[in-house]
Amino acid sequence: MSSTSMTTTPEVASKSPSPEQLANRYTKVQSRDVNVYYGEKHALKHVDLDVYQNEVTALIGPSGCGKSTFLRCLNRMNDVIDICRVTGRIALDEHDIYDPSLDVVQLRARVGMVFQKPNPFPKTIYDNIAYGPRIHGIAHGKAELDEIVQKSLERAGLWKEVSDRLDQPGTGLSGGQQQRLCIARAIAVNPEVILMDEPCSALDPIATARIEELIDELRENFTIVIVTHSMQQAARVSQRTAFFHLGDLVEVGETETIFTNPVDSRTQGYITGRFG
Amino acid sequence: MQTFIVVLALLGFAAVGYTMGRARAVMTAGGMPKDLHSLPSYYGSYTAIWIGLPSLILLAIWLIVQPYVIDGVVMGGLPAGMTEGLSPSEYGLLLNDIRNTATGNISARAGEPAIAEAATQLKSLSQTSFILMVIAAFGVGAGGLAFARNRISPDLRARNTVEKVINVVLIISSLIAILTTVGIVLSLLFESFIFFTKVPFYEFLFGLNWSPQTALRSDQVGSSGAFGAIPLFVGTLLITFIAMIVAAPIGLMSAIYMAEYADPRFRAFAKPMLEVLAGIPTVVYGFFAALTVAPFFRNAGESIGLDVSSESALAAGVVMGIMIIPFVSSLSDDVINAVPQSLRDGSYGLGATKSETIRSVIVPAALPGIVGALLLAVSRAIGETMIVVMAAGLAANLTVNPLEAVTTVTVQIVTLLVGDQEFDSAKTLSAFALGLVLFFITLALNVIALSVVRKYREKYD
Amino acid sequence: MTDTTSSPQGVSPGGASGDPIRRPVFVGPHLARRYARERRFRLLGLASVATAGVILLILLGSIVSKGYSAFWQHEVDLDITFSAEELNPDGGPVERETLLRANYLDMVRDALKREFPDAADDRRERRMLYGLVSPNADLALRNMVLEDPSLIGTTQTVAIKMSDDMDTFAKGFIDRDLPEGDRRVKDREISWHDHLEAEGRVHAAFNVDFFTTGDSREPEEAGIYGALIGSILTLTVTLLVSFPIGVMAAAYLEEFAPKNRFTDLIEVNINNLAAVPSIVFGLLGLAVFLNFFGLPRSAPLAGGLVLALMTLPTIIIASRSALKAVPPSIREAALGLGASRLQVVTHHVLPLAMPGILTGTIIGMAQALGETAPLLMIGMVAFIVDVPQSFTDPATVLPVQVYIWADSPERAFVEKTSAAIMVLLGFLVLMNAVAVLLRKRFERRW
Repeated sequence: MSSTSMTTTPEVASKSPSPEQLANRYTKVQSRDVNVYYGEKHALKHVDLDVYQNEVTALIGPSGCGKSTFLRCLNRMNDVIDICRVTGRIALDEHDIYDPSLDVVQLRARVGMVFQKPNPFPKTIYDNIAYGPRIHGIAHGKAELDEIVQKSLERAGLWKEVSDRLDQPGTGLSGGQQQRLCIARAIAVNPEVILMDEPCSALDPIATARIEELIDELRENFTIVIVTHSMQQAARVSQRTAFFHLGDLVEVGETETIFTNPVDSRTQGYITGRFG
Repeated sequence: MQTFIVVLALLGFAAVGYTMGRARAVMTAGGMPKDLHSLPSYYGSYTAIWIGLPSLILLAIWLIVQPYVIDGVVMGGLPAGMTEGLSPSEYGLLLNDIRNTATGNISARAGEPAIAEAATQLKSLSQTSFILMVIAAFGVGAGGLAFARNRISPDLRARNTVEKVINVVLIISSLIAILTTVGIVLSLLFESFIFFTKVPFYEFLFGLNWSPQTALRSDQVGSSGAFGAIPLFVGTLLITFIAMIVAAPIGLMSAIYMAEYADPRFRAFAKPMLEVLAGIPTVVYGFFAALTVAPFFRNAGESIGLDVSSESALAAGVVMGIMIIPFVSSLSDDVINAVPQSLRDGSYGLGATKSETIRSVIVPAALPGIVGALLLAVSRAIGETMIVVMAAGLAANLTVNPLEAVTTVTVQIVTLLVGDQEFDSAKTLSAFALGLVLFFITLALNVIALSVVRKYREKYD
Repeated sequence: MTDTTSSPQGVSPGGASGDPIRRPVFVGPHLARRYARERRFRLLGLASVATAGVILLILLGSIVSKGYSAFWQHEVDLDITFSAEELNPDGGPVERETLLRANYLDMVRDALKREFPDAADDRRERRMLYGLVSPNADLALRNMVLEDPSLIGTTQTVAIKMSDDMDTFAKGFIDRDLPEGDRRVKDREISWHDHLEAEGRVHAAFNVDFFTTGDSREPEEAGIYGALIGSILTLTVTLLVSFPIGVMAAAYLEEFAPKNRFTDLIEVNINNLAAVPSIVFGLLGLAVFLNFFGLPRSAPLAGGLVLALMTLPTIIIASRSALKAVPPSIREAALGLGASRLQVVTHHVLPLAMPGILTGTIIGMAQALGETAPLLMIGMVAFIVDVPQSFTDPATVLPVQVYIWADSPERAFVEKTSAAIMVLLGFLVLMNAVAVLLRKRFERRW
């Protein structure tokens, strides 16, 4: 990042919310005093962060700062790691998602996820998309499932490219297409929140631009949290930005504010490319 | 034993040569090892190689040639009447008698004077040959020592020579594997070829009758000898099939449980347990099958009115399946662990449960590897010997009823070759034909399985 | 879905503005069914592992329960008269030759007759009476007298081994309530046994002979010592041949060989050899070592060579992966100092890889120790009483001994077989434990 040697802040292109939107903000995900430990390592310290509905929240920071860790807390993907321990409270619609009575399968259907590397299943394109609806019993009958598959692919902007080869393996697509397939796979379950963990890091600039456009479109129906390495990307797609550093949430605010007028000197240093 | 001592003595000689060569090198350099091309120890090794290699090669050649020469001399010395018109096998028997008499073992014809005389001659010839051999070997060694000593000078590139020799030795070592395969193929082909001159190829492969007892006289019962191997193939497949029915689900589910569900503590206990199961010798499984499992099935069958043979294919197959469980599970475990975590994450991220992820993502992704593992297991079951020798039948029944006794290819190989053998009878030779079939079938399965597994690994590496 | 204030749960099916996409339904039986399936699947996996464990327990349990008794042997104290007439007929100095030839069996029989004067004088009953003790009981007596000639002419209480059937009965494995026709031990024998028992003449002793003698047709005389020595001799040959060749081949393939079609061929070859059925190696040994090279049949030399070819792939594969695990930086460091490739390998790479190589070798040796089938092909299945003294003596090995005994009809051989299996498994456990220790002790993470 420092190689770009920018001294000016990246241009904030995303549409800032209007004043009345700001007033009507609904807190979709609320985290309070979240700590994560990997064995002995204290990976995330006392994080308080609100994610608002129908907005894109970007998590930025140098690598190893805990932004991906935090993201994985939001749909409890950290459960998969044996030595990982999470404390504090994360609420989705005011319900604690770490409540033992909460069902993690249900949670993940409501909070979908797109990963750093495109990870289509070694199945056909159709089956990749249909997998979620099938396991959750969303569709009744073949026709409905077909419709969901088509809608999801359309929303992910992939329908035109693959409509004639739905029975081909998803692994045969290009990297950018694979990632959009994964996004389509996530939205086929119609989650409320979509988590994206550096979704463009493995893609070329053109594919990246396509995905960024898509993210902006998806904002209308979903709440999106995106981890990104690229400050320009954060500036382009997000309404709010949170800056993590060494496991601390340093600063969070409107993207415009963070990039033009950061409060903390570390944030300032990072966005101007002094470290990262 | 004597030869062993000679080899040790030659190695000792080479060791002495090592120190001599070293000292010589330092001396030629005027006590300044720095002036030598190589380290002094390389001059030592150089000398040792010049002593050991030629003498050991001579020894080996001598040992291979000696019996032929001596036998020829001894047999040539017998009265003409005794050796004339003998068939090769009779000739061999006669030679054996002489050898047994010479070593003081009981032999059928020890009393005959001609034999006794030949035996004495054999003995003295052997002794003379041994002494000559020792002298020759040490002579060659001494020659090597003298040669090496002469060549040693500060300019001799001892290290390069030594390394070249070692390189050749290394290459020969890795060629042993190929030689083994060639040896297997040639010996099986050679004996099978003789067999197929006696029994037609198609009769062996497609015949429905197997009773290899060729009688001594033509009027005995069952003198014909039938060599149709289909009942053996069917029996082998039946037992293999039963084994896979046991091993595939249990092994696969164990692997899935160990890879996806078990916590480290459970794994630390269950993995060694499966390894113990894998390490138990097959003869123990055979004993278990014959003495515990087969009677259990027979009694269980009796209690519900079924007639179960005490050498039922079921018992042998089930125990073979047990033997293969750890094999299937450890191979599948590797394969399942090779499925990238990102695929699991993708599925969990959509809200799939573990079992849904396993069934619809992990197993399909791992399928080629699992198929490869199962093929290897099948090949293992087909080639397994002791369990079936001890628990399956001898009679070649052509049946697919698991409650009856069947026999297998490996059982027949063992039965045909254990005990007295004559190498020109179709009975003995048929074992090699069976071995040939066994070798090529397992080889084909292995080649397919290994290439499937390798392709699979490359996909996720 | 532009409404931002409502949708507290967000699980309402369909969107507010006629959104065609449904939200998953999380209430009701669907999720419960999914979880039930999940539990069933998990349970199935656990059951599979448990099945394997239970089978292992049954297997070991059946062997221990059948075999533990073989370590004990019942003996009966008889008053043996070392008759001077037989042992020293002319009354002069004792001659060794006479002692060797004397009929000790009669002394045992006389003692039995004295003990049971009421035994009828017909041949059947006599034979039954003599059958109480081992038919080889005379050997022990002969050794006693040879060691101490002063016994001649005296009467001593000597512990004589019981015959296999009586030993089995004394151990309680024959139900005396069965009808007489259905058991190996008849009523008469039982009454004699009870008589001796009442006199306190029957006792069990640790079966030393089991560990110190070779095979025998009589179960009470049979021991595993011959097979054990056979195994040791055979494995020595195997180790001496396969270890150096295996390590050298691995070193060549991993460190020196160019990557070309030829080395690929060798590699494929080794992988395939590892999966060739062991019995095929037996056929190779029979055709090549015995028939072509004329090695002696049934000898540890031939057996060891066959097993060496069999374990070679295991050792090569293990050694290669141990060599592979040594990081290239070490090779580069040594090469950078001007060491030749051979020096790099012998001074640095091999020593670092040695624990891994040794672990693989021990595992290969353990496999070879348990191997039976190929040895049957080269005649190591013969009945051999003498303990082998050299690599060319006829011999058998532990697993083959198990096979031979398992094939014997006598009931008493069942317990011998199981006991031999216990000894065999003991050695295997020991070898694997050493391998595990070696791995734990020297394992290095780079």
